[in-house]
Amino acid sequence: MSELLGFWIASLPQLLGGLVVSLKVTGVSLVIGIPLGLLLALGVQSKTRLVNLVSLLIVEVGRGAPALVVLQFAYFGLPSAGLTLTAFAAAVFALAWNTGAYTSEIIRAGLESVPYGEIEASSAMGMLRSDTLRFVIIPQGLRVAAPPLLGFATQILQATSLCFAIALPELTSNAYMIGTTSFRYMEILTLAGILYAAICIPATLAVGVLEQRLGKHAL
Amino acid sequence: MSSEIFLGVARGIPLTLAVTVAAFVFGAVLGLPLCAMRVSKFASLRFVALGYVVLFRSIPPLLLVFVFYFGLGSGYIPMSAFQGVVLGLGLIAAANMSEIYRGALSAIHAGQWEAATALALPVRSAYLDVIAPQLLRVSLPSTAGYAVGLLKESAIASTIGIADITFNAGYIARMTYQGLPVFAIAAFFYIMISLPIAALARATDKKLRARLAL
Repeated sequence: MSELLGFWIASLPQLLGGLVVSLKVTGVSLVIGIPLGLLLALGVQSKTRLVNLVSLLIVEVGRGAPALVVLQFAYFGLPSAGLTLTAFAAAVFALAWNTGAYTSEIIRAGLESVPYGEIEASSAMGMLRSDTLRFVIIPQGLRVAAPPLLGFATQILQATSLCFAIALPELTSNAYMIGTTSFRYMEILTLAGILYAAICIPATLAVGVLEQRLGKHAL
Repeated sequence: MSSEIFLGVARGIPLTLAVTVAAFVFGAVLGLPLCAMRVSKFASLRFVALGYVVLFRSIPPLLLVFVFYFGLGSGYIPMSAFQGVVLGLGLIAAANMSEIYRGALSAIHAGQWEAATALALPVRSAYLDVIAPQLLRVSLPSTAGYAVGLLKESAIASTIGIADITFNAGYIARMTYQGLPVFAIAAFFYIMISLPIAALARATDKKLRARLAL
């Protein structure tokens, strides 16, 4: 037992270094992806045909193709079009696209939950459509969308493990690397699992609490 | 040349389907007792089931597959890559399917339970003849949605050397240096496989819903 703990403590710095990379990819992907999701949610509802079609295409491909394929498309595919991305940039490209596509549905549901009477009231008060969107619909819609968005953030943290395929030194890649040199796969992969769970379990529980709190104010 | 790429990637379709179906069946079956535990009247069973669901939803599928294939597989319980990926994805599928069943269970009208009790049906019969058939019908749309998700998750199998769509695409991309069209074709196949699943679910959902007491 103490032997196992010794191995874990010795490997921890490298795993934590990987975890920092995982969290960075997650953070940047969310910062780019969630605003993209808002734009796509508005774009899918747009009455301009071209905007509508392009938004639908981005959403459907982002949701329909496996993240692992999009990731390799970005890392191994884009160079043949003359655009070479670093592993980190490719990871952000793929996961931000994924985030945008999925969160656009979450945000759309949130925006649609704003009662129609409020939109009528805004227009009765002579508010511009853009002001209605900015001051009435988006603030309330995003509040409804907050718990599922947090839940989705844990999904993206888990999805960063796919970056193993493009040799980005994140948590799973580092654990695997230690496994290949020490042949103690079980121990090191378990520790990596504990690290993921240590972040995702509290976040999942927080989603539940958040949902309950918001449920109190709804209706 | 491009038809060669197309056919080469297509060669991975059977294994992609095999991994998806095997993991789905594993999860759909194991999800039932898990759901029963989750709504059990014994707090300890509820706690164990909740722990299982939260834990298996918090570990990345790729890592879990590695834990089984490289971790357990190296020395503890030798297993093939296929067994490793099905076990990893299947256990996660069980957690998600049990939540889908639980959601469907709460959608079944309380009157159905009361009627079964009023008719003095044995508990076993109430479950098997009254609740279970409706449960499957109510859960069908979410189940189909999850099956499509699992199809995409099965791409993980490529990382441990199973020659599925993604694996073949990676191989051909390295051989031809034409990653762009190759991975676009791979994505196209996944989307094409998921479309009929969604369409079939919509069609059967309509039929089955007509036979639902709400």
